[in-house]
Amino acid sequence: MYQYDEQDHKLVRERVAQFRGQTERYLAGELSEEQFLPLRLQNGLYIQRLAPMLRIAVPYGLLNSTQVRRLAHITRKYDKGYAHFTTRQNVQLNWPNLEDVPDILAELAEVEMHAVQTSGNCIRNTTTDQFAGVARDELVDPRPYCELIRQWSTFHPEFAFLPRKFKIAVCGAEEDRAAIRAHDIGVQIVKNAQGETGFQVFVGGGLGRTPIIGVAIRDFLPEVHLLSYLEAIVRVYNQLGRRDNKFKARIKILVKALGAEEFARRVEAEWEQIKDGADELPPEAIEWSKRFFPQPAYKSISGDHAEAVLRDQAGADKAFSRWLERNTFPHRVPGYQAVTLSTKPTGVPPGDVTDRQLEAIADLADEFSFGEVRVTHEQNVVLADVEQERLFELWQVARKHGFATPNIGTLTDMICCPGGDYCSLANAKSIPVAEAIQRKFDDLDYLYDLGDLHLNISGCMNACGHHHIGHIGVLGVDKKGEEFYQVQLGGSANEKAALGTVLGPSFSRDEMPDTIGKILDVFVENRQPEELFIDTYNRIGLQPFKERVYAKAS
Amino acid sequence: MPKPAKTPVGAQPENPARLILDGAVAENEWNLLPLDADTEITAASLAPGKVILPLTVWLALRGDLQARKGEIGVWLDSDETADLIGDHASELPLIAAHFPLFTDGRAFTAGRLLRQRYGFTGELRAVGNFMRDQLTYLKRCGFNAFAYQGNQPLEGLLESLQDFTDSYQSAVDQPLPIYRRRALA
Repeated sequence: MYQYDEQDHKLVRERVAQFRGQTERYLAGELSEEQFLPLRLQNGLYIQRLAPMLRIAVPYGLLNSTQVRRLAHITRKYDKGYAHFTTRQNVQLNWPNLEDVPDILAELAEVEMHAVQTSGNCIRNTTTDQFAGVARDELVDPRPYCELIRQWSTFHPEFAFLPRKFKIAVCGAEEDRAAIRAHDIGVQIVKNAQGETGFQVFVGGGLGRTPIIGVAIRDFLPEVHLLSYLEAIVRVYNQLGRRDNKFKARIKILVKALGAEEFARRVEAEWEQIKDGADELPPEAIEWSKRFFPQPAYKSISGDHAEAVLRDQAGADKAFSRWLERNTFPHRVPGYQAVTLSTKPTGVPPGDVTDRQLEAIADLADEFSFGEVRVTHEQNVVLADVEQERLFELWQVARKHGFATPNIGTLTDMICCPGGDYCSLANAKSIPVAEAIQRKFDDLDYLYDLGDLHLNISGCMNACGHHHIGHIGVLGVDKKGEEFYQVQLGGSANEKAALGTVLGPSFSRDEMPDTIGKILDVFVENRQPEELFIDTYNRIGLQPFKERVYAKAS
Repeated sequence: MPKPAKTPVGAQPENPARLILDGAVAENEWNLLPLDADTEITAASLAPGKVILPLTVWLALRGDLQARKGEIGVWLDSDETADLIGDHASELPLIAAHFPLFTDGRAFTAGRLLRQRYGFTGELRAVGNFMRDQLTYLKRCGFNAFAYQGNQPLEGLLESLQDFTDSYQSAVDQPLPIYRRRALA
């Protein structure tokens, strides 16, 4: 992974010193609440319902074991002994003291981490596929480009006070596991007829109050131009994006107002002026970045033999077989497999881990996966490079630490925001709904029979739980001071991205598990053999679900 | 065609007596005229001395003020883009960019474009409600003068100009981004 040199260290140290000074001036009354707000946000610090919340950046989801151990230490020393993985591959602490934050940032800086630009109206942490570098359907490893985007966007002097937050995601594979069409800019790595690497560029995607699927404004951008093109997009947005209403300030609103064609024309006109300038990425700059993401020292393994051993182990142990089926992912190198550690056993807020679990993750990474882990946008943790012959051993250790719930990609692997239990924006609690659904659907055979099914829960229309792009989406709403839940069906985050359609009137929290049950019944009754929920929904439409869920009791 | 958001009515830049110029506290030698729809400004009615005109006034009077070229500057409001001055920038001694609110970051783009696209080499001045903690980014975007109207002593602001001693991106102060400098190393 990327390693800081003296310049990176110096920049992050200077940032910590800057924020220490700002915090002191705030506490001394020299900076007003209003002035301190964007400064603390751009250093990851929110003031939440119960305490400050610190969002720590995990660039494109990549962490080494030293960093994970430092996170464990920080949660113990400055917080209540646990951390939360977010849908943007970052880590949040829910209970730090404001006065301690500069010290936390200094401790992070020692292990090449920070909380820069994890919030505020600036370019946020770039996200990507959690299986980058190992997926079989990958065209080009996205991580070197993500790192270049990280450097370009970090402390960008022109784009620190944009109309609104700005999120970029990069995908290098055929299947879009990074939900790039739900981002302000989505970058899809492609190859042209000559075999040259380039990018298809999407803009104007986003969730929140006005969910929109991003549109492609360029089908092939040669890789040399990546950063100048991004700069042109953000510059057009900085000048023309609305600033009079924060709910209309995202780039998606500008793209919609101008029309995608006119927006693209303006970007191209701006880009014509700056292309071939300082921001270009000559081959040696790309090669330089690629050097940080070498292939790990894989052993030469007979894939056939390793697979045969796995089959025997799976045949002898049903529980292992289930885990293998759901929680591992094919690797492009024979004899290896990627493993997803589930943070979603029943009864734990999705994405929450304790300090001990963080240390266990670090140990697992050292023992089984070259000392590195990835945070996924589904809030789980990936060990990308595990030898197949050691999967059984890994599974046993993971089980001991509570990471082996074999539910990846199933109904109970929900994306869920912190909701009304923690967040001051929420209209409703989301974690208890997730838990009630997990409790009702704890029969693994039933879950497996349902197959891949994404259920996403947000506690308010800001959509941190990505409810618009869940196959089943749940949105917490406030009705005269009471918490209700609206259900949407048919959303999708991948390359066939779609927004869900609202089923009908909302439900009380108690009604939610049964409502989900009825939706699943309709699916099971109508599905063709092996059909996935989303495909059945796309075939039969909303109506059969609606009729069942809102049928009058007879 | 949607127009860029309008600046809230009434938010006009102040013209403090002292400012930061080229890294030191200095006297403000310029008189900034706010935009005032009720008072018509003509070339003849304009008082002598160094004066910074609102963009619309300057555009109207530019031809009549040729003789006073060295003492006529222009200020851009945040919804006025740098291309409205364009190549005329190189003839101007001073351009100011207004922050109606410190969260309105359009002036950063205006600064870079004036310096890097339109060849402006004169004094580039931040005016309005920017804050101390934006100085280091403003400097990188080409600003060399800061008519600060907040309540902090100017001496403290000088420190903030030095918050960062290196940078990742290219900008006015740095011809090559770090990834190109490193690749060359």
